[in-house]
Amino acid sequence: MTAATPTASRPTVIEVDDLVTHYGTRRILDGVGLRVRQGEILVIMGGSGSGKSTLLRHLLALEKPTSGRISLLGNDITQMDEFELYALARKMGVAFQGGALFSSMTVGENVMLPLREHTKLDRGTMQIMMRLKLEIVNLAGFEHLMPSELSGGMIKRAAFARAIIMDPALLFCDEPSAGLDPVVSAALDELILRLRDAMRMTIVVVTHELESAFRIADRITVLDRGRILATGTVDEIRGSSNPRIQNLLNRRFEEETLDPDAYLARLTGEGAPAR
Amino acid sequence: MPAAEARSAAALRLLEEIGHASARGLQAVGFGATLLSDSLWWIALGRRHGQVVHAAPVFAEMMAIGVRALPIVTLLSATIGLMLALQGIYSLRQFGAEQQVVLGVALGITREFAPLITGILVAGRSGSALAARLGTMTISNEIDALRVMGVNPVRFLVVPSLLALLVMLPCLVLWSELVALAAAGVYVVGELGTTFGVYVQEVNRAVAVGDLMHGLGKTAIFSVLIALVGIVDGSAVKGGAEGVGRVTTNAVVHGITAIVFTDMLFVFATTR
Repeated sequence: MTAATPTASRPTVIEVDDLVTHYGTRRILDGVGLRVRQGEILVIMGGSGSGKSTLLRHLLALEKPTSGRISLLGNDITQMDEFELYALARKMGVAFQGGALFSSMTVGENVMLPLREHTKLDRGTMQIMMRLKLEIVNLAGFEHLMPSELSGGMIKRAAFARAIIMDPALLFCDEPSAGLDPVVSAALDELILRLRDAMRMTIVVVTHELESAFRIADRITVLDRGRILATGTVDEIRGSSNPRIQNLLNRRFEEETLDPDAYLARLTGEGAPAR
Repeated sequence: MPAAEARSAAALRLLEEIGHASARGLQAVGFGATLLSDSLWWIALGRRHGQVVHAAPVFAEMMAIGVRALPIVTLLSATIGLMLALQGIYSLRQFGAEQQVVLGVALGITREFAPLITGILVAGRSGSALAARLGTMTISNEIDALRVMGVNPVRFLVVPSLLALLVMLPCLVLWSELVALAAAGVYVVGELGTTFGVYVQEVNRAVAVGDLMHGLGKTAIFSVLIALVGIVDGSAVKGGAEGVGRVTTNAVVHGITAIVFTDMLFVFATTR
């Protein structure tokens, strides 16, 4: 891991400044800031409800923030119009948690889709590129199957193949190891490391799996209740004295401080906002 | 006066609910209108922005919506043609005017029955399928996946279905008219003791180009309605598989309601 640790000389490719977002009146992200350098793997970690999925959706321009700035490869995506975003999307790959493969297409067609939409390559070339990427994710020979015929791990790997088909500069992975057995999950971690080293991709991984996070991360950002608790190398996060980080790392259940009045009000339904 | 208070609270709630429902309905109509204008935009200018509307998915949709619906459209049209002839002769016989049945049957089929029945059938068959597909794609992040791949979902998903419906529904309606007229003819010829040639001549005399265009005109509106209702309902999906079931049902109910209502308005506006 040390060999690939990014040096300060590499350019910053993802910058997030003071990101604030609301769902209704509820504040989901509160002053989030991030820096990711080229060729680095940043793991965004946090429990459920920490806002990590929301943060990812903002990085992908699927949601608009209330305020703040998100810059990808030097472009402020909060200020870009639809067409500029589509152009930028060609330099990005995303592996969704459930794979999000199109169920009406074969694995091969799924992987080739970005090529078909964005390039004028002939079909033969596209197929070679598709098989190349399927080789990388160890799915060679599965191109004619439908997504419904694949196992969970294979679907995730096929989604990776589709995410990297355009050789993107930025790769985003949502919970790559969630719901997989340890062996398959370890293989996916290896794949992520290989993509960084062989293809010099900048990779952002959102996960709540500690083991996987520690194995692949160059740096980790811990998100909690919409705020960033800490950002640092694996060792820095491990050694953090912040009690909430330690709770997360040691899988300790955190007791909510009990406010008797609020508890009573919750039980009786008083003080709840009107329907 | 707690009783009066409760009554006024209930009335207020009812009013609130009506307001919410109206707002939701208006929102859906607005979304549908946006989809339609977006679709036209992508068809006209997509190529300039590197977002081409491919022919292959349009043909695939045409197969699914049009060609595969042929057997059921044929069966229903024949049945309805026969039924109209039966009813027509029965009611005209009261005045001894059964010779006039061809006029009623021919106009009824071309102006009303073929477009309406085919529209309702396709709304149930393809509008619901569209909603189910959109719903499933929404809950499994496939729409998000399209966006982050730089593929506009309207261009990729809505336009092919819309184009396929615009082409295939009128074709189905024409076919339905032919089948229904033929089936009615078989009965009329047998019952009135004329020949099929005479029947065809009478149909020709009864039906003007304007009547055909009346039927096809509203068919074009129906096809847009079916596509938009299916997509608007489908993308409003909430929750998992159960939600998909719900939006599919919605699409059928809304689609058929929209078709029947529009039909009435169209007839009201064009025939008085």
